[in-house]
Formats: sequence, structure tokens, C-alpha cells
Amino acid sequence: MSEAGTHPGGHIAHITQAPAQGMITLRGDLSTSAVKNAATGVAAVDMPARGQANCVEDRGIAWMSPDELLVLCPYDTVEANVDKMRATLGDAHALAVDVSDARATFLVEGTHAREVLAKLAPVDLAPDAFVPGMFRRTRLAQVPAAFWMRDARTFQIVCFRSHAQYVHDLLKTAAAPGSAVAYFTG
Amino acid sequence: MLTLTCPCCGVTAEETEFHAGGEAHLTRYGPGSDDTEFEGYLFMRENPKGVHFERWRHVYGCGKWFQVARCTVTLELFGAYPAQTTRPPQALQDTITAKRPGWSWNDIA
Ligand SMILES: [Zn+2]
Repeated sequence: MSEAGTHPGGHIAHITQAPAQGMITLRGDLSTSAVKNAATGVAAVDMPARGQANCVEDRGIAWMSPDELLVLCPYDTVEANVDKMRATLGDAHALAVDVSDARATFLVEGTHAREVLAKLAPVDLAPDAFVPGMFRRTRLAQVPAAFWMRDARTFQIVCFRSHAQYVHDLLKTAAAPGSAVAYFTG
Repeated sequence: MLTLTCPCCGVTAEETEFHAGGEAHLTRYGPGSDDTEFEGYLFMRENPKGVHFERWRHVYGCGKWFQVARCTVTLELFGAYPAQTTRPPQALQDTITAKRPGWSWNDIA
């Protein structure tokens, strides 16, 4: 069931840089209601469990580390949402910062999307090992990145903006025409 | 290649997602210590064939430090435990004893 060649340029997956995405780093004690409410009040999704992300369109919360969340919201609402989060946090020992312009976002779509990521990251991307809902911080070749699945055939990737060109070229290379190994698709 | 499981975020990955931080459980001698203690802290390291304790950082992942017990001969991981620990947990020491009877490391075992 190969669809190699159906994507632009004959690539084995469709790779696009996503439009500007609002992103807020929230650090603090994730067990406190102040931090939870600051995140859920802006993203309007439930708190994710460890290693998970809850995302709906361009809103969401991703679990980054035991004391860090990445809160996603529409780009043009970030400023207001950071103010809202700080109001919710009050005196809590926590930090909320707009990192939208420090990041770049890519989408990798297609039957072979798993394979493109598997060529670049030390992550078990077997269909039963990495599933929608999971969120993974790792590396893509030589740079840090994080990704999750928007659906069964689409990965969303976040990296540092200064690495955007590198990551773009990396994904295009991993998805080069004729490079399908079909390890996961048979 | 080592496969490590980070106790802070639960992720299992091979060693390139992590950064090695050297020997665990060093005593950091500073002002007030004598020359021998300070020299030992700076330069003297265990170099075992077998059971070893190390610090690792999940550098491309959650960013946290943790500690690991492993075998330098087989690369077997005995377990990982929090960085905020001055000695390996007893349960982990018992696990190692079951697998490597008679082991010792520095002043532990
Ligand atoms: Zn970790």
C-alpha cells in the first residue's frame, strides 16, 4: 500500500512548515491548582498525563518535564493569554513566557510519516509503541525537537526557530523520493 | 550502545538522547578541605570492570539529571534513581547483589 510519489516532489511524505503557532512555556509545580488552572484556562483542554499532549486544532497542553508545560494557543492571542495565566498564577512560584517566535513548527503527513521520523529520532515509532496522544521530546539528527501525532498519519514537530532550516532540510532528506523502507507499513 | 530509562519522565531511549555526567556520589570538597581531599575530588575516579554508578542527564528530553547503576562489561542497566540521592537505594543494591554477588564499589556494598 505504498503511496510514494503522491506527495509534492515525489517525497514519501508531505512536509510543510506550519503557520505561526502561539506557544507559552509554563514552569512550576504541576500538582498545584494554580499551575493547572493557568494552563487549562488558556488551552481549554484537560491537563495531560506525564509524556502526553492534549491538543485540539491550535490549542493544547503538552507535558514537557516534571515541572514544565508547553501551552498552545492561537498566535494572535498569546499576549492576552500570558497576562491571563499570570493573573491565575498570582503569587505561585511559577513562570509563564511567550516562546512563540523562538520556535518553528512542521507537519509530516502520509502513510510513511512514521518512517520519516524513525530515520531521525532515537524513538520507537512502531504503530503500537507511539500513538496519538503521546508527546515526545527528543532529537532529530543533531538538534533538539519535540513531536506528537495529530492523527494516525500526521506528526506535528516543534523545534527551535534557529534550527528551522536544518530541520526542514533534514525532513526533506529523510522523505526523499524512493527512500521508503516500508518498515512499518509492510 | 546503552538503553536508558529516565526516572523523571519515564522515556526509554538509547544513549544519544542523554548526556553522560561522570561518576555518581562524589563528595565535593571545597573551602576548608585539605589538599588530599581536594585532589581526590578533582582527579580520583573509580574505573571498575563491572558494577558502576554514574550521573546522566536527559539532555534532549526532559532536561533532568538522574543516576544510574550499570555494568561496564555487559552494558546491562541495573536501574535508575533520583539525582537527589547520596547513596544508591537499598532495593537497587539488592537487585545488583542478586545479579553480581560479591560486588563492591567505592565504599558501597
Ligand atoms: Zn527524562
